[in-house]
Parts: sequence; structure tokens; C-alpha cells
Amino acid sequence: MDAVLLSGIGDFRVDWELGLGYWLFVRMSVRKKLTGGPLALLVAAVAFGAIEALILVGVLNPYWQQIICLAGIVTISALGLNLIYGYTGQFSLGHAAFYGVGAYTAALVTRGIGGNSPAILLLGLVAGAILAGLVALLIGLPILRLKSDYLAIATLGFGIIVKVLLDNSDTAVPMMGGSRGMSAIPKLTTFAWVFVLVVVAVIVLRNIVFSGIGRALISVREDELAAEAVGIDSTRYKTLGFVIGCMYAGVAGGLYAHLFTFLHPSNFDFLKSIDVLLVVVLGGLGSISGTIVAAVAWTFLLEVLRIVLPPAVQDWRWVIYPLLLIVFMLVRPGGIFAGTEFRFLRPTSKK
Amino acid sequence: MSYFLQQLINGLQLGFVYALIALGYTMVYGIVRLINFAHGDVFMVGAYVGFYALASWKLPWPLAIVAAMAGCAALGMFIERVAYRPLRSAPRISALITAMGVSLFLEYFTSLRFVFGPDYRAFPRPFAVTSFNIGGVSVSNIQIIVFAVSTVLMVALTLFVNKTRTGLAMRAVSYDHSTARLMGVNVDWIITVTFGVGSALAGAGGVLYGIAYPQINPFMGIMPGLKAFVAAVLGGIGVIPGAMLGSLIMGLVETFTSAYISSTFRDAVAFGILIVVLLVRPAGILGRPTREKV
Repeated sequence: MDAVLLSGIGDFRVDWELGLGYWLFVRMSVRKKLTGGPLALLVAAVAFGAIEALILVGVLNPYWQQIICLAGIVTISALGLNLIYGYTGQFSLGHAAFYGVGAYTAALVTRGIGGNSPAILLLGLVAGAILAGLVALLIGLPILRLKSDYLAIATLGFGIIVKVLLDNSDTAVPMMGGSRGMSAIPKLTTFAWVFVLVVVAVIVLRNIVFSGIGRALISVREDELAAEAVGIDSTRYKTLGFVIGCMYAGVAGGLYAHLFTFLHPSNFDFLKSIDVLLVVVLGGLGSISGTIVAAVAWTFLLEVLRIVLPPAVQDWRWVIYPLLLIVFMLVRPGGIFAGTEFRFLRPTSKK
Repeated sequence: MSYFLQQLINGLQLGFVYALIALGYTMVYGIVRLINFAHGDVFMVGAYVGFYALASWKLPWPLAIVAAMAGCAALGMFIERVAYRPLRSAPRISALITAMGVSLFLEYFTSLRFVFGPDYRAFPRPFAVTSFNIGGVSVSNIQIIVFAVSTVLMVALTLFVNKTRTGLAMRAVSYDHSTARLMGVNVDWIITVTFGVGSALAGAGGVLYGIAYPQINPFMGIMPGLKAFVAAVLGGIGVIPGAMLGSLIMGLVETFTSAYISSTFRDAVAFGILIVVLLVRPAGILGRPTREKV
């Protein structure tokens, strides 16, 4: 079962390389009962090798490479929101704002320093993550006291404020371009960068979730009062989850900026927050595997609909997408994975 | 001073339109605890029904408002029946996501060429615009109509909720579904009626908005929808007078920010106030703070 689901990660085209990797994977995992970390690394290596090979052979043109990178970026951002909402239970509708903070910060750093070396990208991403985290800390400390719908509204309001500030950013920093958009960002994001960061993001999130901190976050989600009663400082953990989740968004934003080389405030509006929320909910709240699958599937669904549909009914793409969403919610409201994980993400039980 | 009064009138005009939308939000939230994200798009459909009523069917404007109210009531009840009722017992987030889906569907479906089309349309002016000068402040007949129609509708709603049996049932359901059911209230039907009434008000708001700010397109509902929702939260969500008060405050804040600071920061100030109000008084201005039960 796991093997079948996993093959979806790199399953763009049946290819001997993928076949070999798949065979290796099935043999090793079934015969030697491979689980946990080693299995996860094997899965990652096979997926990476297969996609890199397809890029080298020329099967995946730059257009599809961009889509694959975008899928990875959406994954990172959605993993962050899953930590905030899926694990900690704090309903945020302002995720795109932190994504935007990360994107603009990273772009300002790389453009400010200049040049094309990957080290600059790393610096930009770190700066983006840190600033997104700082903003999250400053805004999170007061508003995380609010509950469910009220928190949603407050974060929504914060997202709109950030968008307005970005629209007017050129009065303070001309390079940010305000409502004209920020251009001439070096194209530094490559598939390798995205992939490595997705793997890092998954590992970090998995280790948080299955640690004491993760248990504390989940207890806050389940019942804040009960968590307080057993000595969990709920404010501290809510803020921690929120800040880390927003740093994920910051990193994703930095990658986005250097993938498309152009930023516009409308890339970070309310609707973008909803997009990420949809990915998290469709994948299943509190499931890393679900978020990965949903992020990839969602990104590709939009593109596949673009290719499959004849030009005359292109406009129907955005009609079909919400309809699928509604039907999905009616049929399977818990999301694809509903709280379960791939075997390679589950903690190994010590017998 | 007269500039200030003039802005006050303009702000009230905007506030009254927001109030018509906010009432639907607050009623639906009060009764099923759902943020009905599609409500702003129902408002948009109302504006389009008004557009066709005035431009194609050549109806007089009061009938256009009635047509929009009827159309939106039917749409709202249909949405509730098809999309929300099957999720009544599902987690709240499922209904919320579905609401977002319905919202996107309405926006993009009506953008299709054979429906409303994606372009901006000029909303027809059903009468010549005249202004009356009252003590240095000019009040247009449009503004008077907006004030009058919204006031009539709000009074009618208040009477409906407080004086009729259906209104009594609505209040009972919003208090407690299962107890209301035990008292013989048809809960499903009352919820459907609530969606219908709320959507009808949004439809009227759509036509008034079209008359007052004569440009419409399928995405026009997003921002007014969000702001009306904010207004409902500001006044205390689930509380009908709160929605009216919150809307007037939103309209005034927005207009005064445009007039005295900068129109580009209008949304930022409006939402900034929202965050401050939520922090200081989370239940809203007229909302009763709920104590957490252990």
C-alpha cells in the first residue's frame, strides 16, 4: 500500500530509472523491513534521481521544471501551515502574508548584494525566514490569544494590511516597486535547491511533530484548557508553532521569488492564503504525507487541466477546480490522509 | 466643517450598503456558526440581477431591488441546501472550505462568457442624479435612496426576527439546535430560511451598491464581502444591531481614511482597527463575552 502511494511522488512518466528505483525500493523495504530514516532517505534519493535524470535526458523541459519547483515550494509553505493549523490548531488565514515577507526580503537581499552565486540565495532564504519569523513573533504574541474564527479574522486582516503595505512599498524602498511589482530578481532557484529544502522541511517538521514539543502542540490543539492543566504553557507553544510555520512560509517565498524572478503584491493576497489552506485541508490536517501529496497533486492538477482542456473551455478550469473541491469536501471531509502518514515518516517503534 | 459633514454622509452611505451584507453574515453565523464566504458573491449576483432588471427588462428601480432580493434568496437557499446541509455534522472547517469553494465557483462561473462575462459593466442609472444642498452639505438622491431602502429593510428584518413566529424559531435555533428541535421547530427549514433572508438583503445591497458606485464585475463581491464580514465581527457576530453598528463604523472609517490620510491605506486602517478591537474586546462592540466552560 505504502509503496503504491509513494510511487506517485516521481510518477510523471514511466521510465527505466524510475522502474529500477521502484524495484530497489520495494525489494529493500519489503525484504529487510526498512522503516524510518533510512527508508525516508531511500525514497528521497530515488525521487530526486528520477527527476534529475528526466531533466538531464530532456524529457522535462524548463516549463515542467518550473512546475515541479512550484510544487515543492507549495509543499514547504503548506507544511508550515499544517504545523500552525493541523498540529497546533491555530486557524490562520494570513499565511500568504508571511510568504510575501519572505519573498520580498530574500529578493532584496540577493538584489542588494548582487551576483549569481548560490551562496547569496542561501543568505536570502535565511534572511527571509528570519524576518518572516520575527514578524510572526511580533504579530503572534498578541493575536494568538484569540480563538478559532476570531483568530482567522485577525490573521486575515493582517494579511490584507501586509498587502496594502507591499502595494505602497515603493515610497519607502524604491527597489520593491510597490504596485508595479519587483523585477530583475536573479533566477537562482533550481530543482536541486527546492528538493533539498523540501527534504529538510519534512525532516524538521517530522522531528518536531514526533517529539515532546509536537505532543505539546497537539495537546494544545485538542484542548487548550486541559493542556494548561497538565502544565503546558499554551501561549509559548502556540507562538512557537506559529513562528516556525511562518518561517517555512518565508523560505517558500524566497524560493518563489528566485524561481519566477518577479514579485507582485497580488501574488500574496488573501486568495493565496486560501490556496495553501486548501492544500493542507485536502491533504488532511495533521498529516505531513497528505500535505506533500496534496501540494503536488494540486499544482499539477491546475497545469494538467490547462493542457487537457481545449482552448475554448479554458475558462472552465477555475470553475472545475472549486467544484472538485466542494465534491471532495462532501465525500471525504477528513482529507486524503486524515491523520495517517507514509511508513517512512512514521516513528519507528522500539520493541 | 462642511467637508467633514460631507465625508460623514459619504461614509454613512457606504456603511448602509455594508450593513445589508453584514446582516446576512451575522445571521448565518449566529445560526450555524459558519463564515459563509460565498455571501459576498451572492451580493455580486444581486448587483447583476439588478443590472439586467434595469438594462434589459427595463423595470423601475424598486422592482429591480425586489427582483434581486428574490433571485438572491433563491440562490442562497439553493447553496445552503446543496453545499452546506450535507456538512451540517461534519467538522466546521469542512463547511468553511466548502464555502470558499462555492465562493470561487460563483466568481468564475459567472465570469464565463455566456453567464455575466468577465468584463466591467457600467451599471445603468435608473434616474437622473440630483443633489440637495443642506447647510453646505450636498446630499444626492442616490444617497437618500440608499439610506431609505436600507433603513426600511433593516426595520423589516428587526420586526421579522423579533415579532414573527419564524423569527422566534430563528432565535431559538441560534440559541440551541437540539432544544429548538425538541420544541417542534423544523431546524433545517429555519436554517434555509435564514440563508434566504440574509441573501435577499445582500441582493438588495448589490443593487444599491450598483446604483451608488456604478461599475460591476464578477469579482466585485470579494472586498465588500470581507469588509462586511469584518463589520459583523466588529459589532459582535451573531448580533443583528451589532452588524448595523459595525458596518456604519467600517463605512465611516474607510471614508475618513480616504479623505484625511490616503485612499491607498484605507483597507489597512480598516483592518488595523479590526485587530485592535478583537484584542481589546474579542466579542465585538455589542457582543456578549462568552465565558469558557470547563
